[in-house]
Amino acid sequence: MALSDLRVGQSGTLGAVELPEKVSDHLAHLGFLPGAAVEVLRRAPAGDPTVYRIDGVEVALRSETARHINVNLAAVGLAGAPVESGR
Amino acid sequence: MSDCCGPSSSTAVLESPVETQPSRPRTGQIRTIALIGPPNCGKSTLFNRLTGMRQKVANYPGVTVEHHSGKMKSVGRPDLTLIDLPGIYSLATYSEDARVAVDVLKGNMHGVPAPDAVLLVLDCMHMNRQLMLAAPILSLGLPTLVLLNMADLLQARGGRIDALALAHELGHPVALISAAKGTGMELISSFLDQFGQFPLTRPGSAKLPILQSPASCRTWATQVSSRSRFQAPASPVWTRRLDTVLLHRIWGPIIFLLVVIAVFQVVFSVGQPLSDGLGNLLTHAGGEVALLLPDNWLRALLRDGLWNGVQSVLVFLPQILLLFLFIGILEDSGYLARAALIADRVMRVIGLNGKAFIPLLSAYACAVPAIMATRTIENKRERLATIMVAPFMTCSARLPIYTLVIAAFIPDKNILGHLIGLRASVMLGLYVLGFLAAMVTARLMNSSVMKASSAPFVLELPQYRWPTVRSLALRLYDRGMIFVRKAGTIILACTFLVWTLSVLPLHHGNFSVLTGSFIARLGHFIEPVIHPLGFDWKIGIGLLSSIVAREVIVGTLGTLYGVDPATHSTSLQMALHHDMTLGGAIALVVFFAFAMQCTSTIAVVRRETNGWKWPVIQFTYMSCVAYVGALITNQLFLHLF
Repeated sequence: MALSDLRVGQSGTLGAVELPEKVSDHLAHLGFLPGAAVEVLRRAPAGDPTVYRIDGVEVALRSETARHINVNLAAVGLAGAPVESGR
Repeated sequence: MSDCCGPSSSTAVLESPVETQPSRPRTGQIRTIALIGPPNCGKSTLFNRLTGMRQKVANYPGVTVEHHSGKMKSVGRPDLTLIDLPGIYSLATYSEDARVAVDVLKGNMHGVPAPDAVLLVLDCMHMNRQLMLAAPILSLGLPTLVLLNMADLLQARGGRIDALALAHELGHPVALISAAKGTGMELISSFLDQFGQFPLTRPGSAKLPILQSPASCRTWATQVSSRSRFQAPASPVWTRRLDTVLLHRIWGPIIFLLVVIAVFQVVFSVGQPLSDGLGNLLTHAGGEVALLLPDNWLRALLRDGLWNGVQSVLVFLPQILLLFLFIGILEDSGYLARAALIADRVMRVIGLNGKAFIPLLSAYACAVPAIMATRTIENKRERLATIMVAPFMTCSARLPIYTLVIAAFIPDKNILGHLIGLRASVMLGLYVLGFLAAMVTARLMNSSVMKASSAPFVLELPQYRWPTVRSLALRLYDRGMIFVRKAGTIILACTFLVWTLSVLPLHHGNFSVLTGSFIARLGHFIEPVIHPLGFDWKIGIGLLSSIVAREVIVGTLGTLYGVDPATHSTSLQMALHHDMTLGGAIALVVFFAFAMQCTSTIAVVRRETNGWKWPVIQFTYMSCVAYVGALITNQLFLHLF
């Protein structure tokens, strides 16, 4: 599924980033790489962009960007418990 | 030195680089040090810390990436030049910033000496990510000191990193520092002092990734940080708590608006009395000094001409400083990124790219750096649109004329209960007006010049931090100096010209009266054009002179009214009140909201767009909008009130 489909509070593991190289390189340096754990923290007051927690950092993306990032939904843990990235 | 400085120890988390000395033998003198790091690693704070206030800002030849350099006086090494390189994530050269960094580091930048050593700054809160830059930098083979910044925060949040282990992994000395608090600076000086004295071999454990793709750098960085026993700090609880309120669906936008209103309110309620006080002081001082001079043309030139002009601009210093104090607090605390997040939706409606937000935001200070900052926008058309839009944002040079007119014509009373003053809301309205003009222009550009956007909106939300007094003071000092320097140069020169033209030609060896002077003739010549806007010839001269820079109009008016016997001894506010209607006054600030009166901006647009076409289009467009806007305003007032 796409990263933009995750609801607030859900977590997942990133899959492929299907964006032009310049964009995906920039995102990769912010931690958006296959295998990274991501959590949806909150949406902006207008509903978009969305704030993601990845690698201990909060990064906001518009859904038009997040739509091109694949993600595997994490197995449902304790309700609302954030899944920390694997360190 | 001990290697057991864990997060639990109460002493500062500092590791000396002395035991893991510089890794390659080197003889001779060092002169130039390059400072490099990823964005948001605290590099600028460190640069200011190391060089103090004596830094030099210039552009690299051929590109508009700013070039900061300074002598490392603060660590007792005034013989060393520190070059601040742009914040970058990697050395992949598709961004102009990275290209500059690579050229400087390799000694290929014309006019910049090849650096003898590198200070690599990393935010130690996020080692996995920040270390990715270490791979390409270290493989350049320059002697490098790795500085782990924000060590104080790492410790406070229960994170840890073994600096000695990291130094062995990297084969380069590592120091834990806090640029904000100023700890660890002695480690930097000891690295510099012992530079080249220890012929050592490079520890073999660092196997830098050969193929430097983001993924391989990342794998390497994660390995290195786990071998250095890096433990990430606890997640910033307070940042999350604050964000649940500040980014709340309803409270977020309300607080955003309240913050903006409060800024303008304080600029007026606190700034105006300060500015009045400064004005009285300057007038008094000018009068006292004038008494020491003989009563001849020299006294007239100095007091009525130059001093009146320059001081009428200088009095706005308190308000400008207050505005920048607020911008500084908002930016340093991390709130500005949240504001960008809240505002993104509006930006999208007008078809502007998220990356345009930061340049446009800085255009509130000055359009010149804003236009230079558009270099980060790769798409040429979007970049052009941002350049066209930037001068509509209300820059600080508009503040003097806005404040002058508002203080002279708008009564000081509260509206909406005690929430906001009428003066502050008029000021806010002018900012909104500029923003609306920018939106409409962007929209027009979008449907004609611009096509679909490609660069995405990627915004890092930093943790909230207390702004430090030091960094705020540095900002204010910088801004204040720019303002005062301008008053002492451009404005002084324009005032001199205006005064000279207002006392010439000589009649039988005496100065002419104002109404018979060259400048009055020029003013009366252009008056028919501006009369429908509610402006008389003096305002017309002010407008002409302000093509040089917006603040100049205040200096010009100060001089003109100072020369005029009718308004000689009254304040500039009273003089304006005497000469203008309310409609004309509002038309004047509306004109200033839209017009592009700034030779520096014209020059930078010409340079950035490589020709005269766009600056000419922009100047003509903005002048027309300004003229029509002022005309409509004045006519509305004439017919409605």
